Amino acid sequence: MRALATLIDRLIYTRSRNAKIDLIANYLRDTPDPDRGWALAALTGDLDFPTVKASAVRTAATERVDPVLFKLSRNFVGDTAETVALIWPDHMREDATEDIRLNTVVAELQEVTRKDAPRLLASMMDRMDANSRYALIKLATGGMRVGVSARLAKTCFAHAFGLDVNDVEEVWHALAPPYTELFAWGEGKSGRPDPSDIPFFRPFMLAHPLEETRIDLKDYAAEWKWDGIRIQIVGTGTDVRLYSRGGDDITGSFPEIAENFDQIGVVDGELLVRGDAQGGEAASFNALQQRLGRKKVSAKMREDYPAFVRLYDILFDGEEDIRAQPWSKRRIQLERFVPKLKTSHFDISALLEARDFGHLEEIRSGARDAAIEGVMLKRRDSPYIAGRKAGLWYKWKRDPLNADCVMMYAQRGSGKRSSFYSDYTFGCWTEDGELYPVGKAYSGFTDEELKWLDRFVRQNTINRFGPVREVEKTLVLEVAFDSVHESKRHKSGLAMRFPRISRIRKDKPAEEADHVTTLKNMIS
Amino acid sequence: MTNASTWIEPHPHGIYIKPADAWIDPSRPVERALVTHGHADHARGGHGQVWATPETLAIMGLRYGTADGAPVRYGDGVDLNGVQVSYHPAGHVLGSAQILLEYAGERVVVTGDYKRRHDPTCPAFEPLTCDIFITEATFGLPVFRHPPTAEEIGKLFTALEENPERCVLVGAYALGKAQRVIAELRQLGHNAPVYLHGALEKMCALYGQHGVELGDLRPVMDADKDEMRGQIVLAPPSALNDRWSRRLPDPITAMASGWMLVRQRARQRNVEIPLVISDHADWTELTDTITEVDPEETWVTHGREDALVHWCELNQRKARALEMVGREDEDDG
Repeated sequence: MRALATLIDRLIYTRSRNAKIDLIANYLRDTPDPDRGWALAALTGDLDFPTVKASAVRTAATERVDPVLFKLSRNFVGDTAETVALIWPDHMREDATEDIRLNTVVAELQEVTRKDAPRLLASMMDRMDANSRYALIKLATGGMRVGVSARLAKTCFAHAFGLDVNDVEEVWHALAPPYTELFAWGEGKSGRPDPSDIPFFRPFMLAHPLEETRIDLKDYAAEWKWDGIRIQIVGTGTDVRLYSRGGDDITGSFPEIAENFDQIGVVDGELLVRGDAQGGEAASFNALQQRLGRKKVSAKMREDYPAFVRLYDILFDGEEDIRAQPWSKRRIQLERFVPKLKTSHFDISALLEARDFGHLEEIRSGARDAAIEGVMLKRRDSPYIAGRKAGLWYKWKRDPLNADCVMMYAQRGSGKRSSFYSDYTFGCWTEDGELYPVGKAYSGFTDEELKWLDRFVRQNTINRFGPVREVEKTLVLEVAFDSVHESKRHKSGLAMRFPRISRIRKDKPAEEADHVTTLKNMIS
Repeated sequence: MTNASTWIEPHPHGIYIKPADAWIDPSRPVERALVTHGHADHARGGHGQVWATPETLAIMGLRYGTADGAPVRYGDGVDLNGVQVSYHPAGHVLGSAQILLEYAGERVVVTGDYKRRHDPTCPAFEPLTCDIFITEATFGLPVFRHPPTAEEIGKLFTALEENPERCVLVGAYALGKAQRVIAELRQLGHNAPVYLHGALEKMCALYGQHGVELGDLRPVMDADKDEMRGQIVLAPPSALNDRWSRRLPDPITAMASGWMLVRQRARQRNVEIPLVISDHADWTELTDTITEVDPEETWVTHGREDALVHWCELNQRKARALEMVGREDEDDG
């Protein structure tokens, strides 16, 4: 338990992704089975102890600590787990030689009844130091929150044992904690686990930005790039799972998709929401956002934001793996596969018929459909390969929209940028001559420009609110963004998608920056 | 039943000793001031007359340019209109003192800020028997139990070993904490140069003049980037994430403060290595000290006074919270 506690403690204070990977990889190499597997599951949130609730921790604490002192402490610390870990009477501080195995902790937490949970936690905490108590509470009640996604965990595992992360990805979902087969494979003690019969995730094929490259449409097929979330649907005939780009299982957020997918196979597509304003066609990403990250989906949610999937590709047709087939062959199989699905929840992403590249450019610039992000170009002979491979798939986004905005507030960045004011909130003018914030950006500039912006913020600060500085409203920033939507969250009533600083307009007086109404006219 | 309320008046801006017509740690200029130690929330400039230890007077001289005052050594006393005032080590920073007041047959101790654990830069706290014990409570919550100092300093050695190409930048308050961190490093055998932010140089020199040996100290200003790789650099907390730190070789940031015990506080500071090193008594030290001194009444000046007063009541001790303002401005932990 102590090794996991140290790992969690260090992860909390580590900001760089590479440093996090090193820490976790070292832990996975140095820790025995099955402890390391349990730890891995805990980090990714795949460990659940249904009988151990947050209330069990509070109950255990109030039996040991004066309630007034506990409450005063909790108010100061701001986090119950940390308060309990720190306030728990120390028995072990000086002679804490015995360490409880993580495996023992997990086994006991799995077996405990709801009624006995407080007593079990108390007896464990009596034998631990404050760091281990903190780790125990976070482990037992879920919610480690150390910034480790499923993808990052797989990267750590691959890094620890010198494997390809995509190979790891393929078998990961077929296995359950504590992943002993996975570690045996990692250490070369056995072959790669066989994941048949289980609806597991296959890594996505991704695209490069087209930029200045020009291609021949004889070699490439074109289709719209839809602005939803890329998902993979895996149906085994008995079970259906939906996976996001990072390999996270999101079946629970979109139950109607899983319920209506009644075929065997693995397909790749875009999850979208229908909008009334679009005549039942795909609505903007903004509408889809209403449904993201929800564990439970109400009937009203399903009705107000009806989800469907527009299919791009097919990886498995029935039981047959067709990923090695060229795109043109897979497309024919996809065109046969989609009609077998319910039209209420599935359709096919249509191909764009363009005479030549120039014509395609016209089609692309004419598109102002809410849910179109740009155009995809796929090499007709490309197999379906995990990751981004040069020359096979390209994404060609719509030209960004632009607005001239005025810098209003700045905040420091993190990591290498922690001494720079690198996050900027900017605004546009209202009819009454007031500036309303319309967005926030922290990219798009060069290192030289960042130094200049940082100096500007420091020399023009008029107010400080904690880490935020308000600046003199004199600097015009040309902001590029993919689209703009209505939003109730902001005073201006607008929200930008992917805003970034495209130019610093030192030449432009602030009064000549754009108006909020100009942005409103750009709403797609 | 004590009688002290008739001759000692706690005010938001200081403790007034009526018969002596003098204030303890007043936060505004007064005619006669008794100062426990040199931190800005206790020692201000502009008083008529000041009584303090010679070290505290030297610190006030450095900070306010006014070295006027009557030095009182540890264990010595003065008579102010019949009030016997004496100064005794508090173990907080160089020169820090508890003030013992004796009047009309009663003994009152004002601790100022104090701690009980070892500090190589100042003499240890001396428990004094008294009727009224006026204590601080900066870390007056049972969550605050500071770990052994050597364990915390060890984190710096580990970081240096793991990152020989980088430096470790430690944020520490200019008076007390910075010198203590250096002295603790020296005690654990760290003889390499320690690099200093300009704002720390004068106070470190003052400690040296008062016999606190801090070893090889070098200004960051005169050092080149490469020579600081694998070394420890000290700066005031405000410089940690400031432009100043760009001259350092890829610094790992640490911060030495009792508040670092709370993860969220440490993260707010963007700290990578939290060092729980405090110059204040933690919960155990506060409660043990009250038990040891065993006064008739305990008055709590500043910090988490609610919790400490509640603890006194749970233990059948008479206690009250004094409402003091303007504390913890500078030395927060």
